[in-house]
Amino acid sequence: MPFLGGVIFGLAAVLLICLVSTVNIWWERKIAGRVHLRYGPQTTGPLGLMQPLADMLKLLFKEDITPAASDRMVFRMAPLLVFAPVAMSMVVIPFALGWTALDSSVGILFFLAVPSLSVLGILLGGWSSRNSYATIGGIRGAAQMISYEVPRSLSILAVVIVAGSIRPSQVLEAWQWWWIPLLAIAFVVFIIASIAETNRAPFDLAEAESELVAGYITDYSGFRMAVFVLTEYGGILTTALFASAVFFGAGFRLGGLVGAIALVATAFVLMSFILWVGWVFPRPRADQLMSFCWKVLTPMALVQLVIVGVVVPWLR
Amino acid sequence: MVEVESRTPVTDESGRCVDELLINVGPSHPSTHGVCRLIARLDGEVVTEVEPVIGYLHRGLEKIAENRTYLQIVPLTDRLDYVGSMYANWAYCRAVERLAGIRVPEHAEYLRVITCELQRIASHMMSLGSTGADTGAGTVFIYAFDVRDRIVDLFEDLCGARLTYSYVRPGGVSRDLPEGWADKCREALAYTRTYVDKMDKLFFGNSIARGRLKGIGVLDPELAVAWGATGPTARASGVDWDLRRDDPYSVYPRFDFDIPLGSNGDIYDRGRVRIFECYESCRIVEQALEQLEPGPIRAEGLPRLLRPRPGDAYDHIESARGSLGVYLVSDGSPKPWRFKVRSPTFSNLSLVRVLGVGHTIADLPLILGSLDPVFGEVDR
Repeated sequence: MPFLGGVIFGLAAVLLICLVSTVNIWWERKIAGRVHLRYGPQTTGPLGLMQPLADMLKLLFKEDITPAASDRMVFRMAPLLVFAPVAMSMVVIPFALGWTALDSSVGILFFLAVPSLSVLGILLGGWSSRNSYATIGGIRGAAQMISYEVPRSLSILAVVIVAGSIRPSQVLEAWQWWWIPLLAIAFVVFIIASIAETNRAPFDLAEAESELVAGYITDYSGFRMAVFVLTEYGGILTTALFASAVFFGAGFRLGGLVGAIALVATAFVLMSFILWVGWVFPRPRADQLMSFCWKVLTPMALVQLVIVGVVVPWLR
Repeated sequence: MVEVESRTPVTDESGRCVDELLINVGPSHPSTHGVCRLIARLDGEVVTEVEPVIGYLHRGLEKIAENRTYLQIVPLTDRLDYVGSMYANWAYCRAVERLAGIRVPEHAEYLRVITCELQRIASHMMSLGSTGADTGAGTVFIYAFDVRDRIVDLFEDLCGARLTYSYVRPGGVSRDLPEGWADKCREALAYTRTYVDKMDKLFFGNSIARGRLKGIGVLDPELAVAWGATGPTARASGVDWDLRRDDPYSVYPRFDFDIPLGSNGDIYDRGRVRIFECYESCRIVEQALEQLEPGPIRAEGLPRLLRPRPGDAYDHIESARGSLGVYLVSDGSPKPWRFKVRSPTFSNLSLVRVLGVGHTIADLPLILGSLDPVFGEVDR
């Protein structure tokens, strides 16, 4: 019953993203509080844990506005187009040895290719709003996400060369401790590119508040906006899980449930780092972001490829 | 009315629209620093023309003042520059004192200097914080407001208000320092120094921020003088002009302080000049607290109702934004015949049409913010 299994996993993945994102919003606000010399949410529930739930509930009850000038169908479809690919990418994440929902022989390629489809949703969402700010935001988002795809894929390519496979479970099996020093550059490139890829601060140019009001989500309200926000957190979650799996091999030695917990713990640390970065650094300009991608990150990823290409045959 | 009108779409030979985009930034926009409306014409992301539209906060203060007695105008001046009310209070009171020939006791002058220099820090914190927020560095904003809050707490202890102080009155100030205020003030200054330094390192030391701020919105010294720019905006371009030193008023000659100058006139320099001015203000306040001696806070024999003899008076002070002047004309009645404010932000803001052109839309809020406009003062 692969179909039923797929449906169940799909629901589980969506629920997991929603749940983790909700907790993540709370955690991010706590981190922001620390950075800002304040407390963050405190009063809603114990430690303010219910705050994101309250926010989500509020968004659910908000009026769902479709601007009169917008392209109605595209406008309504865009949030789903953004969310679905991110949820889909959960399917290939190797939580532990043998704990992959779909241990595809092209799993890593799938992880790189599918989430980048959400660029379509961002572009269409911004475009269909028929709003100058949203249009600029959507176009910026598209340019940024497509560009950062390059260093992101190149950095993973280094991992693939070392592992000798693009099947996630085989990557986990092949993992050795010396991957960490060997793939350090790839890891840095991957994390930076992923921040840009998920439109997280400080690379949140597509929704840069100071100039574009809210970028491509300017005209979205209520739950449609919430879906965009959830996607962002979902993107961080999948990125963190994937990076901890392939770069740190978390969960490999332990296997099973313990391994999965180790993976989630590593991912949590990575996720916290990504959230922290967003609250500390200012946002670069669109052209600076692009030149950083092409002049710094991509060459770095290429250097990593050369290093791996030289070292790996010698090790074998 | 606004001269920027939309043109008919321009298309190339294949019929594709290659027109520029006309966007409206404000009056309600996350980063207009008040109720300013900028009409920007964009070629891609590059601004080719920008026109500030003001008047959204016009309350007719100058006209209202003609129907108020001299003392009743003080609260109106609070509403001019609501980020730094002390300055408008002081500038107005100096004009009244000049008009009516009132001699202010020394103790009151010291209190005015102390509060106004604290106000300078608080006001610069607003400017620096919003520069941070404009680049997406919300933490800088919070740090800045933390410092500002401590100073505003001091003002609350002093005069009961956190925003509209009406502290400086014709002939003196409203209250003497409460018990223990000087110590609290020294604590706040120490805190200010620490956190301004942290902000400086966190924001101006950051390479992304430097990339965003350096070389953007460059103001030539000649242009600054020609457009009547004053304050940190002009000093960042190297225009060495500060009324506290060049047209000394009050007890400023008794203090030892420097006038920080910039050299490039870009947003980075304007920000750094404000940072250094905060340190200088700390120095001035410390010296003033040192030299402070008890005395009367109000001039002797002030009448209940001021009736200055017919004539006019102009006086200006160095506010956090530049030289703030007040012109008063009296016809001998208890109400001024004319009350005119020369606001520094009005002149500074007009520069945005020159500085904004050629930069990207992302730099526009930054350039506007670096001129530090307060629209209560621009529109009056």
